[in-house]
Amino acid sequence: MTEPLLKVENLRIELTTRAGVTPVIDNLSFELGHGENISFVGESGCGKSMTALSIMGLLPEGVGRIASGSIQFDGEELTTASTERLREIRGNEISMIFQEPMTSLNPVYTVGEQIAEVLRAHQGLSKKAAWDMAAELLDAVRIPNAKGRVGDYPFQMSGGQRQRVMIAMALACKPKILIADEPTTALDVTVQAQIFDLLRDLRRDTGTSIIMITHDMGAVAEMAERMIVMYAGRNAEIGLVDQIIDHPRHPYTKGLISCVPHIVANLTEERHDLTEVPGIVPSLQEFGKNRCLFASRCNLRTDECLRERPPAREFENGQKADCWHAEEL
Amino acid sequence: MSETPLLKVENLTVRFAVKRGGSFGKKHFLYAVDDVSFEVAKGKTLAIVGESGSGKTTAALAVARLVDAHAGEVDLGGHEILHLEGEDLRQARRKVQFIFQDPYSSLNPRQRAEDVVREPLLSLTDTPKDEQQKIVDDLFAHVGLRPEQKRLFPHQFSGGQRQRIGIARALATQPELIICDEPVSALDVAVQAQILNLLRRLQTEYGLTFLFISHDLGVVQHMCDSIAVMYMGKIVEHADRLSLFNNPLHPYTAALLSAVPTVDKTLREKSRRILIPGDPPDPVNLPKGCRFANRCPVAQDQCREIEPDLKTVKGGHKIACHLVDDTAVSPL
Repeated sequence: MTEPLLKVENLRIELTTRAGVTPVIDNLSFELGHGENISFVGESGCGKSMTALSIMGLLPEGVGRIASGSIQFDGEELTTASTERLREIRGNEISMIFQEPMTSLNPVYTVGEQIAEVLRAHQGLSKKAAWDMAAELLDAVRIPNAKGRVGDYPFQMSGGQRQRVMIAMALACKPKILIADEPTTALDVTVQAQIFDLLRDLRRDTGTSIIMITHDMGAVAEMAERMIVMYAGRNAEIGLVDQIIDHPRHPYTKGLISCVPHIVANLTEERHDLTEVPGIVPSLQEFGKNRCLFASRCNLRTDECLRERPPAREFENGQKADCWHAEEL
Repeated sequence: MSETPLLKVENLTVRFAVKRGGSFGKKHFLYAVDDVSFEVAKGKTLAIVGESGSGKTTAALAVARLVDAHAGEVDLGGHEILHLEGEDLRQARRKVQFIFQDPYSSLNPRQRAEDVVREPLLSLTDTPKDEQQKIVDDLFAHVGLRPEQKRLFPHQFSGGQRQRIGIARALATQPELIICDEPVSALDVAVQAQILNLLRRLQTEYGLTFLFISHDLGVVQHMCDSIAVMYMGKIVEHADRLSLFNNPLHPYTAALLSAVPTVDKTLREKSRRILIPGDPPDPVNLPKGCRFANRCPVAQDQCREIEPDLKTVKGGHKIACHLVDDTAVSPL
């Protein structure tokens, strides 16, 4: 078996808040293979973005820290790597696209300059070469008339185009891993479809592995091979996307799939009420307690759930769910 | 439609003056809503869908008299409301209420929850004070908030609870029409379901009529009885729920539907994605002909020359496309 590209083991990230130290990521393990697309799913406040930031070495300084566990990238341990080494890796081997294409570009530099900066810093290209390369990258992300648009400022572009610029920037150094944090949440559906197509093509052409963070099960089903459902900083369920959608083994996953009205092939007159997942994600003070954190919103709750944190149950098909009642589902 | 419509909008046009350099004294106008007509029967839900910039919110704002319409008529329960002023307008406002998209910015942070809900009663009705309190208490129970939460401030609530306060406020004056402008798009998925179920329950309880603005076709499919699709200020397709989703006729509607990512495997394999390249045209300098022609996969010469009218084809399906005839067959 080949070594996975990224291996995260028993990761625990602690945040220091006024109320004390809380684990926002608690014992999370997963692997990412070469050229694979894995998705993190969950509501806001479940620790999806924190995981991504920890891989990038971008946890908020002085507030968040990796308490235990390991992150291995291509055999190299990232949790103990020096700041200099992390800076080399960031943008070069692992890069990230953020949610808001409106605010993550610098408004006072042209998009060409912002892309060229990455190339000059990481690949030591000359000013001229980096600029030409920037134009090529814009063309690669299908911005029409790329040569003419490298000199544009972000405000001259539409939301979809700005997200393309972000993708061009992230792909400038041909990274091995691309982390996309809700890449299309702020965009219209037709633009979202264009961005997904672009990401799919780029992955096919460059073999980049993609970690996609989202809350949209539909997007996961279209884009990813495997998914990790996160709840309150913990792994709820992990496995192949098709398997999980066909048969979720965690009540939270089940809720996430059935609480959204999906467009189906043949619409009929009947409309059932949507399945509700009552309540909301617990507050940070609840994190880290030795019990099932989903119990308060779960209709399968028993005493067991409140007494002890459920262990991961593995099923024959490789699906793993952290639930006391996984077999019953 | 057999029932008399509660809301009837005819040839509604909203335009904004825009500054464009160059010619002196010449004003340019952006037609955000251009000659739009639709109607909603009492107790039913009409959705207006479209992408950002399509004019769906502006149309709704004009119906609620929150922006000025340039031309057209809005008839609510037999009364024309576009030309009302003063006290008549105040009376009319009571019948049309609004639920806003962002529950974080649409509640006054310095008012307690119960005062937020009471405000429309104070400004739009002459309800006596003790009765006001009873209405507020009732509404809190109906939207699923606890009585002790009345004294809290908006920042002490979660997003879903805030949206419940917004809904209670909209219900306070016993309106006939409620305009829901993307009521769930700012909420987490699990909370969306709670709010959508609540809205449907309230609709049956109070016999409400909804004008539902959304870009999320999954939500629209679940909530609405008929749907109007807008593109660049025009309605391009208008049909009841089943015919629109099962037989989308306009290429733009088909593209919108095919762009929605889905968990249904059979649908994913069945539908090929219809990509519409590029961006919408400049709304100030609209091309002649069909506004969708430059992105349409099946556009022909006539589409670039003549603007299609909204016509009714088989089954009462309304469509603005040259390539669809009375048999209601999709040109794709």
